[in-house]
Amino acid sequence: MSLNLSNNIPSEEEMLCVLRQRHGEARQEKISAATVAVCGLGGLGSNIAVSLARAGIGKLILIDFDRVDVSNLHRQQYKASQVGISKTEALAENLQEIAPYLTLETHNIRVTELNALSLIQPADIICEAFDNAAAKAMLTNMVLTKMPEKYLVAASGMAGFGSANEIRTRRVSERFYLCGDGVSDVEDGIGLVSSRVMLCAAHQAHTVLRILTGEVE
Amino acid sequence: MVKINGEHVNAAGQSVSQYLASTACNPIRIVIELNGEILPREKYDTTVLADGDQLEIISFMGGG
Repeated sequence: MSLNLSNNIPSEEEMLCVLRQRHGEARQEKISAATVAVCGLGGLGSNIAVSLARAGIGKLILIDFDRVDVSNLHRQQYKASQVGISKTEALAENLQEIAPYLTLETHNIRVTELNALSLIQPADIICEAFDNAAAKAMLTNMVLTKMPEKYLVAASGMAGFGSANEIRTRRVSERFYLCGDGVSDVEDGIGLVSSRVMLCAAHQAHTVLRILTGEVE
Repeated sequence: MVKINGEHVNAAGQSVSQYLASTACNPIRIVIELNGEILPREKYDTTVLADGDQLEIISFMGGG
């Protein structure tokens, strides 16, 4: 990705200095060295990516097949002016404005059982951020059975106006974390509410940072 | 008895697929841990539950 930098943005060193002050130098070193794959760039994935970009993650692999739609704007990190362009392109643009020294790899493709392993192979941690339940289960099964050395942070249940406090992070097994309330399903006719989806995305992003910095649940 | 999601169920002798068919679980939306290990989907038909097994079924909800 080429950088389109205006003259008055902070230098890479300035931005890193601020992050080191807040996270601690040793922790920031681990965050800055990490590669995270975000599978699905909707309400979960776009918000996870923004959180990790702001935290100074080293590299993001962004994967989605879809284009920005007007129905996405209430909860996803896109602008009205980006409706119609691919989510990978739109999110890359927005992330470069937020974190210009972040390394990005984008794949405008649907993740399937055939291509998943090669797409996410370079990542240390994989975030499952799809909206479709079958796709979530497919990726989770695949990562946990075929890539036992990877960490997976998945999400299940974040629709509706239920309490924010029902969204939680559970460590299911050593390298598998699951965020969400575990029960609310859009297929039951419950709509997605921006703040609650963002809470779940924040749980996922925070879990990534905790894994990288050696904090455990 | 098999412990399934924390509850004792009389499912010993059934395959995982047979047990799933008796529930509301949709096999394409789930992940299964058997005795702490992820059970690959291709083994649901051939894995027979035994007394003392611990099964955890995680059903994914839609939305994201």
